[in-house]
Amino acid sequence: MELLFFVQVLLHILGGIAGFLFEQHGEKANRVTHGLAVLASALGILFSLGILFTGGSWVLELQGSFPVGALRFVAGPFSAFFLLIISFLSLAASLFAIGYTREFQGRKSIALLGFFYNFFILAMLFVVTVQNAFYFLLFWEIMSLTSYFLVIFEHERPEALSAGRLYLIMTHVGTAFITAAFLLLYIHAGSFSFDAFRGAAVTLPPVLKNVIFLAAFIGFGTKAGVIPLHIWLPQAHPQASSHVSALMSGVMIKTAIYGLLLFLFNFLGAIPAWWGSAVLAVAIFSTLLGVLYALMEHDLKRLLAFHSIENIGIILLGVGMALVFSSAKKPFYASFALIAALYHVINHATFKGLLFLGAGSILSGTHIKDIERLGGLIRNMPWTAACFFIGSAAISALPPLNGFVSEWLTFIVLLLGCEGASPALRFFSPLLAALLGLAGALAATCFVKAFGISFLGKPRSEQAAHAHEVSGSMKAGMGILAASCFGLALAAPWIVPILGKVAKTLSGTDIPMGAMVRKSFLISPSESSQFSPVLIALILSAFLVGAVIFLRVLLGKKIVRICPSWDCGMPGLEPRMQYTATGYSKPLRRIFSFLYQPTRRVELEDEGHAMLRTAQRFESKITHHVDEWVYKPLSEFVAVLSRKAKQIQTGHIQLYLSYIFITLILLLFFFGGRS
Amino acid sequence: MLAILLSVIQLLFLAILAPALSWFIKKMKAASQNRVGPSLIQVYSDLLKLFRKNMVISETASWIFHAMPFVLFVSTFAAASMLPVLGIRSLFGFTGDVILFVYLLALGRFFLALAALDTGTTFGGMGSSREMTLSSLAEPALLLAFFSLGFCAHTLSLEGIVSYFASGSPTQMLFFTSLAFGALLIVTIAESGRIPVDNPATHLELTMVHEAMILEYSGRYLALIEWSHQIKQLVFLTLLSDLFFPWGIAGSWDPLAFGLSLVLYLAKVFFLAFVIGWIEIHSAKLRLFRVPDLLAVAFVLAILSLLGQLMIGRGV
Repeated sequence: MELLFFVQVLLHILGGIAGFLFEQHGEKANRVTHGLAVLASALGILFSLGILFTGGSWVLELQGSFPVGALRFVAGPFSAFFLLIISFLSLAASLFAIGYTREFQGRKSIALLGFFYNFFILAMLFVVTVQNAFYFLLFWEIMSLTSYFLVIFEHERPEALSAGRLYLIMTHVGTAFITAAFLLLYIHAGSFSFDAFRGAAVTLPPVLKNVIFLAAFIGFGTKAGVIPLHIWLPQAHPQASSHVSALMSGVMIKTAIYGLLLFLFNFLGAIPAWWGSAVLAVAIFSTLLGVLYALMEHDLKRLLAFHSIENIGIILLGVGMALVFSSAKKPFYASFALIAALYHVINHATFKGLLFLGAGSILSGTHIKDIERLGGLIRNMPWTAACFFIGSAAISALPPLNGFVSEWLTFIVLLLGCEGASPALRFFSPLLAALLGLAGALAATCFVKAFGISFLGKPRSEQAAHAHEVSGSMKAGMGILAASCFGLALAAPWIVPILGKVAKTLSGTDIPMGAMVRKSFLISPSESSQFSPVLIALILSAFLVGAVIFLRVLLGKKIVRICPSWDCGMPGLEPRMQYTATGYSKPLRRIFSFLYQPTRRVELEDEGHAMLRTAQRFESKITHHVDEWVYKPLSEFVAVLSRKAKQIQTGHIQLYLSYIFITLILLLFFFGGRS
Repeated sequence: MLAILLSVIQLLFLAILAPALSWFIKKMKAASQNRVGPSLIQVYSDLLKLFRKNMVISETASWIFHAMPFVLFVSTFAAASMLPVLGIRSLFGFTGDVILFVYLLALGRFFLALAALDTGTTFGGMGSSREMTLSSLAEPALLLAFFSLGFCAHTLSLEGIVSYFASGSPTQMLFFTSLAFGALLIVTIAESGRIPVDNPATHLELTMVHEAMILEYSGRYLALIEWSHQIKQLVFLTLLSDLFFPWGIAGSWDPLAFGLSLVLYLAKVFFLAFVIGWIEIHSAKLRLFRVPDLLAVAFVLAILSLLGQLMIGRGV
């Protein structure tokens, strides 16, 4: 067992370094570095599955004279769950990368990309297993830095650099808060080890507890990309290579969920009532605003990034309800809420990974990111289209795919909030459920737009018309994830008990599985509802087969005449006459104009007469309020502050020496006086 | 065994009855305009004729275009199979709950909206965009209305809710369930594409929603789509009658109870169709950007109903 993890780590290190041996041969470097990553991930899947099925846990302790405590790794069910999704997604992403990074060959160093890529995965693996705050922060930082370098990998483009800078700033603001949270725990517990934190949780004074909660929530919330801390996410994720975006959106932001759950359920003891409400409020804002902003995006990867914000919101809805139930002393419901959240974690990793890989395929087949210039790709890229279609249906929570299963669980969890809890929550929780329904319906709209405009209809540009299907390894990477979208739904009755084990390590209560899963049915804890993903899939396919055969037998073979689309009797339908993505989302832009506050600019050029137009330009923009109201003033304030600080910077070395001298004297006074 | 047979029969009955309801509303409208209107046979022979016709398919169409009529039909049919019609037990009601019901309809709509974009015409995009916009606003109202009813019934399964109301709900609930009825009625109008939300009788680009999406379809595909649409309309009418006028629905498979239930069911759905038709005759189609206001009314009604249930209800 242990061996698997060792070899996985070793292979990632090897994969990171070995690429440099073939620096001159791009293709060899590519195969070695990503091939080893594929191998390592496969082992990681075996390892984590082993732990999850046996329910045991695995411990590795490196003794020695470490100043901050021993370097200790533990993989219980909770860590193994996150190990599993990291390994699973990096398996698909690495397979995809073998074909995808070919376009960098001769242009960029594949070895360098592979180096950061492998160490990025490795850092995530360590983050979710290490048992010491100091090393956690160390690996957390490595994870942030390697991902930063992956974001600015194509640093020739100025937008990549500026996105990278924003990401670097935001992730360090987050890390500062996490560090503060850990240091406060350290002061209280007297040690950096997680076990000490757990032991000291009961005696945490309430004020300190609340402060730590806020620091951890802000810190991890920044990494997870909850609104209003999300601004880096839609900038940074699209700039990275697509297989890296898949990992960042699919699993890196989930490590923040890992950290948050660790704090909430392990380090902070009994949970005050207001935490749940705070998390729920942030969650519903992220869910709704995430999808509403996504609707207005036409850069495919930015659109997907906004959907990550939405889905983090859905996950946090589950987490928030778990907090509510924990503080209301309903451990059974709390575990159920955690199961819903964890289920959505793995589902989102699957379909969001798939969609980002699909976006990468479009990019490699057409070199276009803007969906306004795509169209008709389904003919030249049938495999990519089928995979992207499955991902779109899954993220829109359509049965019988996996997205629906976890959304169903989240619905049930929210409706359970009507029992017990506070009177306000009794009313708000079904309302939250309805808003989740709104978000689901809007997500479906957004993905009809994204899939329909890019894959269906006629090509809107030369590149789209001459798109080519991607290579075998890229197809395989997407295929694995697409199949999992079905698998994760059909296997729900087996997955829920495993997630129950994971939830148990958090909430500490054993859940009677008979009350949650009966045969193929998932059962709501209050027995108010049941649902069987397998049966629904069976019924739908049986009806489908029935309908097809029935028509065929009853009416015989269909006789079809292929003609051009109807052109209203005016020949010459052009691709430009099709609906655009902007036009598609126009009704929603009008309906939600109080939120978007859209501005538009129309420029007309004519030859002396209004009827003789020569050119027409149209520009439409929406307002991102958080950017406008919070971050713009903030960055201006920082700029002013640094201009003020500049006045003491003259550039004379004597002056700097005297600054140092004065500081030294002051410090001596300050500390000398104390001792 | 008999139970299964009868629940299959009631499902088929619903599917076969569905065109008759459309005929009824058409006939009402014709009468209001001093026309004779089509005969009952006409709607069925229209469907049959379409089923037998050859098809013209756009050269731009992909597999989505071919799959859509089947998926739309199957998802609508599956949603119908969860619904109590004549007896309280339905064929597949045990497999899921109201949430599944709502999302099955969403599955059909997802394909419908995509197929509209598949042929690369402006009309398709227009209908698709409008349909998705309106339905994403209707869906939360529908869910919330279901939740508020589920609150009194203490269950989310359709069968459970219906049998709770059929066994005589407490009268103090009546006011709040009637609010939910208002919400569901508006959603029904929106989902079945009726005036004031959409005009099923027009092919005018300014007003089309549903018709714009299926403009490129012909022959048996069109027949399937039309039939699905009629079934969906009847599903919503049945839902209204099940939830708000459940009296007389057969609790057992006793022939007498079944027969009585059949008569009452016909009376109820035709009455509801009369209400829908009456609204259609007496109102003009709303401007597209006024429709969200109507749907907001449905949402507010559902919230009020929920608030009421919370004060006296039992919780899910």
